[in-house]
Amino acid sequence: MASHTLSRFMSSDAVYSFSRSPVAVMSAIVLLVIVLGALGAPIIAPHDPYDLASLDLLDAGTPPVWAADGSARFLLGTDDQGRDMLSAILYGSRISLVVGFASVMLSLLIGVSLGLISGYAGGRIDTLIMRVADIQLSFPAILIALLIDGIARGLLPRDAQDALSIYVLIFSIGISGWVQFARTVRGATMVERNKEYVQAARLIGMGPSTVLRRHILPNVMGPVLVIATIHLAVAIITEATLSFLGVGIPPTTPSLGTLIRIGNSYLFSGEWWITIFPGLALIALALSVNLLGDWLRDTLNPKLN
Amino acid sequence: MALLEIDDISIEFPGRRGSVAAIKKVSLTLERGEILGVVGESGAGKSTIGGAVIGLLQAPGRLTGGSVRLDGKRIDSLPDHELRKIRGRRISMIFQDPLTSLDPLQTIGAQLTETMQTHLHLSAAQARQRAVDLLNSVGITEPEIRLDHYPHQFSGGMRQRVVIALALCCEPEVIIADEPTTALDVSIQAQILDLLKMLCKKRQVGMIIITHDMGVIAQITDRVAVLYRGRLVEHGPTSKTLGSPDHPYTKSLISAVPRADVKLRRFPAVSYIEDAQPSRKAFDISTHWLGRQSDSIARMDAPAIQVCNLGMRFLLKNAFLGRNRRMLDAVKDVSFHIDEGEVFGLVGESGSGKSTIARLIAGLYEASSGRVMLHGVDRKTLQHGAMHHALRRQIQMVFQDPYSSLNPRMRIREIIAEPIRFHKLSGSAAQTDAMVDDLLEYVGLGSQARSRYPHEFSGGQRQRICIARALATRPRILICDEPTSALDVSIQAQILNLLKDLQETLGLTILFISHDLPVIRQMCDRVGVMRHGELLEVADTETLFTQPAHAYSKQLLSLMPSLAHLSRKGLDTEEGEQARVA
Repeated sequence: MASHTLSRFMSSDAVYSFSRSPVAVMSAIVLLVIVLGALGAPIIAPHDPYDLASLDLLDAGTPPVWAADGSARFLLGTDDQGRDMLSAILYGSRISLVVGFASVMLSLLIGVSLGLISGYAGGRIDTLIMRVADIQLSFPAILIALLIDGIARGLLPRDAQDALSIYVLIFSIGISGWVQFARTVRGATMVERNKEYVQAARLIGMGPSTVLRRHILPNVMGPVLVIATIHLAVAIITEATLSFLGVGIPPTTPSLGTLIRIGNSYLFSGEWWITIFPGLALIALALSVNLLGDWLRDTLNPKLN
Repeated sequence: MALLEIDDISIEFPGRRGSVAAIKKVSLTLERGEILGVVGESGAGKSTIGGAVIGLLQAPGRLTGGSVRLDGKRIDSLPDHELRKIRGRRISMIFQDPLTSLDPLQTIGAQLTETMQTHLHLSAAQARQRAVDLLNSVGITEPEIRLDHYPHQFSGGMRQRVVIALALCCEPEVIIADEPTTALDVSIQAQILDLLKMLCKKRQVGMIIITHDMGVIAQITDRVAVLYRGRLVEHGPTSKTLGSPDHPYTKSLISAVPRADVKLRRFPAVSYIEDAQPSRKAFDISTHWLGRQSDSIARMDAPAIQVCNLGMRFLLKNAFLGRNRRMLDAVKDVSFHIDEGEVFGLVGESGSGKSTIARLIAGLYEASSGRVMLHGVDRKTLQHGAMHHALRRQIQMVFQDPYSSLNPRMRIREIIAEPIRFHKLSGSAAQTDAMVDDLLEYVGLGSQARSRYPHEFSGGQRQRICIARALATRPRILICDEPTSALDVSIQAQILNLLKDLQETLGLTILFISHDLPVIRQMCDRVGVMRHGELLEVADTETLFTQPAHAYSKQLLSLMPSLAHLSRKGLDTEEGEQARVA
C-alpha cells in the first residue's frame, strides 16, 4: 500500500512539473540546505553561541576568513561579543524556521476554521467574521503583531518574559496572519457548498460539522497549501523584523533578526559581515520559500496548465 | 473540384504520456451551397476537425498527415500571416456561445464595420450600409438603430443572429458552425437553423455544421459524417445515413435518441458504446438485502409523496428595510401527489422551479409555505430523532452533473459506504464492503471499481456510481434531477434503461425531472408541466402527448425536435419492435 502510494506520488503531475522547473528545483535545494543546517546546527556548527564560557571578547570583530586579519576558526567572522557568525546564523535560522512554521500553523488553524464556518453558514455569522477580517486588514500586519506582542508582554510577569518570548512571538505573528486563510477558504467553501456531492452528503442526513470536516475541508485545502507556503516567508520576515526592532527574541538568543540588528550598529565602523551574512541567509530562506510557493500556486491552478 | 477538400488528415495531441490521436485519417469534401453535418459524441474529435480547417488547433495539437485544400489550393501548410488573410475572409466561424463571441465593450456596428474595413477595404459609410443590409438579412428589425447597440442589449437568439451576420460580412466561401444552437432554447434553435439553411442556399456558401444533436442534423444538413473516436465511420446523404445506417455505431446512436412519438419499454440496441458490463451476479431481489426495507414507517394507504400548496421564495437582494428587499418566487402554490411505485415527471424550461421542488421534497431547502408529506407524514414534524433518520433513508437523489456530485478526494468505496456507515446499516466492516460490492455489481460497474477515484470514470459511469450511492440506504423514493442532461445520447439511453430496471425490480417511486420531453415520455407514468414556478397541468403521459390541455404544453410539444421524417427501418426490426409498448 505504501509503495503504491509512493509510486502514485512519483508519477503525479506535481512531481513531473517540479522536475521540469529549474527555479523550483533550485529553491528546494536552497531550502533543504538551510533546513538541514538548522536541524543539524549542534553537530555542524563549529561553536555553540549559547555557551557563554566559550566566548572570548578578544575574538570580537574578527573579519571573515578571506579578509587580511581573518581567522580560520571563524569562517564568517565574529560579532561584537566574539560569537562565531556561522554558528550564530545556523542557530538563528532554527529560531526563524520554528517561529515561521509554528505561526503559519496557528494562522492556518484559525483562518481555515473561521473561513469554513463563515462560508458554510453565511448570513450574520459570515458578515461578523468577515467584518473582523476587514478591520484587521486595514492595519499593517506588523502593527497587529507589535500590538499583540506589547499586550502579551504587559500581561506576563517580568521574569518570565525572556523564556516565553518565543511563544509570544509565535502567537502574535500567528494572529496577525489568519485573514488571508479565512478569506480564501471562505470563497472556496462557498463554491463547494453548492456542489452536488455536498447536497448528497446532506441528503444522507449528515450534520454541518461532519459535512465540513469530511467533504468540504479536503476540497479547499489546495489553495490553503499555496497560501501557507507564501505566508511562511512572510512570517519568517516578520519574525526578523520584530527581532530587529527589539521586541522579539531577546538579544542573548541569536536569531537572524537580532543578528542583523546587532550588526546594523557596526555597519558604519566597517564590520559589515555581522549584518550582511545573516541578511543573506534571511534573503535565501525567504526567497526560496516564496519561489516554491509561486511554483506550487501555478501547478495547482488548472487554468494555467 | 470541391470547394473544400479535407484529405486523409490526422491530428495528434502530444502529451506527457505519449501522443493522443484525436483524428485518424479523415477525408471529407464540401461543395458550394452544401451543408455538411459532422456528428459524434464528446471526445469524437468533431471540433478538432473544425479547428484544423482554419488553422486554429488548440495547442499543443498538430496536423500529422493529410492536407486541407480550399478551391484546390493547399491551406494547411500556409504560414500564419497568409492563413490570417483566409480566416474571416474566405472561411469564417460561428461558435457555440453567443455570449462570449462578441466583444461586450463595442457596439455591434463597430464590430461589423471594423471587420469589413480591414478585409474588404471599404469606406466607413459603405461598411455601415453593408452592415445594415446584413442585419436585415439575418432577420434583425430596425437595423439602423440596432447597429449602435451593445451585445448585452440583445437576447441570446438575437446575439447568435449578430454572430451569423459577423460570419457572413466578408462573403466567405466556407462557414464552420461549431454547435451553433446548443446554448439556445428549442424555439430559437429552430429559427436559427432555418436562417442558416436559407443563407447557405441563397449565397452559395458551403457550411460545415458540427453538433452532437441528431435533431439538428436531420433538420438542415444535406450530407452527414459520423465520427467515432477520431474515425469517420459513416458518410453519406443525410436521409440515407440517418434512415438506413450501415455502421453499427450509427445505428446505435440513432436508436439511443429518445422517441417522442411512441413509448418503448427499453432503449433498443445501445450496446455499441457500453461503458458498463451487465451484472454478472444474478440478484434475487426477494431474498437479497437490497430488496428488503430498512424501515417500515410507510403507511401504504397514503401516497408516497404529497405536496400541498408548496411555495418557495428566495431572497435576491437583501436590504435593511423589508420593502426594499427583492424576492423571487421560485415555486408558487404547487400541489400534486405521487403514488407508491409511480414514476412522476416534472417538465419545464430552465428557471421554471423544477429543481427547487426536488430539493424541497428532499429536504435540502426549507419551504416558505405549504407542506410536503411523505407516506402521509409531514416533513416538518420530523426534524429530529430516530424518525427523522428513518425518513432520510427513505428518500435519495440522483443529481444532474456527474462531475460535481462525487467528492473528488474520496475513493468510490468510501463514497458508497458513507451512507451505510452513517445510518449503521451493516454490522461489520466486512459486511459494509460486501454491500458496496453488491451495489457496484448491481449498477453494472463491477466491484473492481471500488478502489478508484471519481476522476477515473466517464460521465455515464459516474452517474452509475451516484445511483449506487443513492440505493445504499435502500430508499423507497428516488428523485432524479435531470440525471442524463449532461451525458451523451447513447450513455443517456443506458442510464435510462438502468433506472427503468431499478424501478421495476425494486418498485421505487421516482420523481423524474427533465427539460427533455422525449425522455419524459420514455420514463414517466404521469407528468406535471411547469412554468415560472407554477404547475400548469398534470396529466397521464400518454394524454399529455396526445391531447395537451394547457396552451403552454401545446407550445412545448410543437417545439419538440423530431426525427419523425426519418424512417427507422432496420432499427425497429431488431429489439425495438418487440420492446414497443402497444
